[in-house]
Amino acid sequence: MANNSHHETPNLDQLEDGPWPSFVTGLKRLRDTKGAQYAPMMNDLLGQLEHSYQKRMGFWKGGTVSVFGYGGGIIPRFSEVAKDYPASKEFHTLRIMPPAGNHYTTDVLREMCDIWEEHGSGLIAFHGQSGDIMFQGCTTENTQKAFDALNKIGFDLGGAGPALRTAMSCVGHARCEMSCYDEQKAHRAIIDEYLDEMHRPALPYKFKFKFSGCPNDCVNAIHRADFALIGTWRDDMKVDQEEVKKYVAEVGRKYTIDSVISMCPTRALSLNDDDTIDVDNKSCVRCMHCLNVMNKALSPGDDKGASILMGGKRSLKVGDLMGTVIKPFIKLDTDEDYEELVEFAGECIDFFAENALEHERIGETIDRVGLPSFLEAMEVDPDPNMVNHPRTSSYVRTDDFTDEADKYFERKAREAGLTVAAE
Amino acid sequence: MSEAAATPREPDEVGVPNPFNYMHPVLKDNFGNWDWHDRPRPGVLHHVSKDGAEVWTVRAGTQRQMDVYTIRTLCDIGDKFAEGHVRFTTRSNIEYMVSKADMVDPLIEALEAEGYPIGGTGNSISMISHTQGWLHCDIPGTDASGVVKGLMDMVHDEFVREEMPNRVRITTSCCQINCGGQGDIAINVQYTKPPKINHDLVAATCERPSVVARCPVAAIRPAMVNGKPSLEVDEKKCICCGACYPPCPPMQINGEESTKLAIWVGGKHSNARSKPTFHKLVVANLPNNAPHWPEVNEIVKKILVCYKENAKDFERMGEWIERIGWPRFFEMTELAFTHHHLDTWTGARKTMNMSAHIHF
Repeated sequence: MANNSHHETPNLDQLEDGPWPSFVTGLKRLRDTKGAQYAPMMNDLLGQLEHSYQKRMGFWKGGTVSVFGYGGGIIPRFSEVAKDYPASKEFHTLRIMPPAGNHYTTDVLREMCDIWEEHGSGLIAFHGQSGDIMFQGCTTENTQKAFDALNKIGFDLGGAGPALRTAMSCVGHARCEMSCYDEQKAHRAIIDEYLDEMHRPALPYKFKFKFSGCPNDCVNAIHRADFALIGTWRDDMKVDQEEVKKYVAEVGRKYTIDSVISMCPTRALSLNDDDTIDVDNKSCVRCMHCLNVMNKALSPGDDKGASILMGGKRSLKVGDLMGTVIKPFIKLDTDEDYEELVEFAGECIDFFAENALEHERIGETIDRVGLPSFLEAMEVDPDPNMVNHPRTSSYVRTDDFTDEADKYFERKAREAGLTVAAE
Repeated sequence: MSEAAATPREPDEVGVPNPFNYMHPVLKDNFGNWDWHDRPRPGVLHHVSKDGAEVWTVRAGTQRQMDVYTIRTLCDIGDKFAEGHVRFTTRSNIEYMVSKADMVDPLIEALEAEGYPIGGTGNSISMISHTQGWLHCDIPGTDASGVVKGLMDMVHDEFVREEMPNRVRITTSCCQINCGGQGDIAINVQYTKPPKINHDLVAATCERPSVVARCPVAAIRPAMVNGKPSLEVDEKKCICCGACYPPCPPMQINGEESTKLAIWVGGKHSNARSKPTFHKLVVANLPNNAPHWPEVNEIVKKILVCYKENAKDFERMGEWIERIGWPRFFEMTELAFTHHHLDTWTGARKTMNMSAHIHF
């Protein structure tokens, strides 16, 4: 009986009850698929996972597995307890880039299932923390076959190791009224241009892009991306006063004041006696709270674009960093705007490649060399939107302060359309 | 060997797939032209475009790690009760888009009949963002999908409702690298002992200078041990972070008893109201009792109850604590405040109270 050869899984069995869908039940379905090439692998995978639960230790080690033409994108896993669980001794993951915005047809998902049933374990994760579709569980021999089949239906490997990584973009333009630029266009333009850095890892460490269409930042870009593009707008937010009145009538004045007006971080909102609102747009920082809550009444303005923040990462090795503002605002209307963005992204990757130490993220590099040096290299002018407040330490040499101030006033004059004397 | 087998296939470097090939037609037709949305019920979004086009989205929780049977079931539902187009959220929820309001209820019914909870929208507890754990990671201190399944069973009622003060984003991570990311509540492995070194393997397995360089507190140095080149750790300096373990597997950081869990609160990605924040330590040294993490779950539940009962509408976890103050938070949750809560890392001073603002 096939059943007699199943590993006992008393710990995992406990994860089959309860209202949330169980991945253990899924693993068992794969194990129990009669005649499937992956069934023995999944039996041993369950065995090893149960072993981990009992020993409270992991038993996978890395290695080197790749597909022809690429240096990264496969996460190799070899079992350290293969003696007891031989069928899952190789259990590699293929990181595959999803369509920007994670859109799928049921047809393409079925194609993926067919491919993964033929060559892999039958287990797929939508999606990993980097944003990849993770085809989990493949032998070394089948890795190339699985990749070829996925590649033939239009999918490509994502990033791993010291390389440009798979990016993520929010649903944005496709289904969100807050979206301030075409996230998928920016996402695809940048990643496709620098694909070589993804597929043939040669950077000091990982480099991640994430694209959020508004400051709600649904793909967590500021925390998690070396380069975060966050949609925003420069002109006044749009206010439909009739809808404001309807909102106030529905929830009441006290609630409107407590939950919207007083929650504005820059005190830019004021409720009028006739239940319309005033917005001090010069003080507004586009935090999104009032737009989120009074969704029908308030909308982003027309002069849309994005802010670029750089340097977000997690713990290793200096501690957590959030992205900080590098460009307060860029326009993203025309193809030329997007080309400029792609070019700037490339300059940042180049700077990283040339200046970062091994295993250093760009946030750490910027901290090490100082933001002024990074800005100079990127030919970006300093801007008060880059800081919470100006420096508090006097330990700085300022003998060229006047020249720098002159440059600032020249720049401001040029922005205002005035003729500068030296020209 | 045949010639075909001997010649490897050249990859077609297609890059990021074009989403328009897969996108729901109403989304495609109204791309960049949406006007507003509301939520007719938890788990359902209703978007209206500037031209009056409408689309309904039904969001359901998944186990993330899905077998092909699960995916095909979700596809069958998508073909029969929706219009063949789906997407996944950042937190692994599946979304079905439909162009008619009357398709929503049968779709929900079909998903629920197959055991997929409808929710994760608005002020709910959405799916826990998590890592790979024992299933696939090479350095995990605990499991991911398993313990997350247990946690989601516990908070299921809050996934299918929208009754929290604001959205709650929970994350788990199986090592201190914290791939799960920041969260209103983050449950992360916290190692408690320095690495145990297998000196027989270090020279052959590890690039020693880069391991030395990886240590955040310069506690690792090259050494000859039993006549073999190896590495040694100054255990007085060691902060037990595990940074040396990935580049040098013979420096085992995990231990059956020494790998513990810590709970952090108040992380926030969004810029809404307050600026994004990192999560802060609440309790450490909890046992790694998978599959159900009972000790962890009890505290998570307690924090969630306090937050739900006491936060004002739209205050995220961190904003609520900011208002009531940490003393009140620790009192309310009946958790201990210790010297371990005082940051000692670079920039620690900026986390201290530099004022006479005292909560009583």
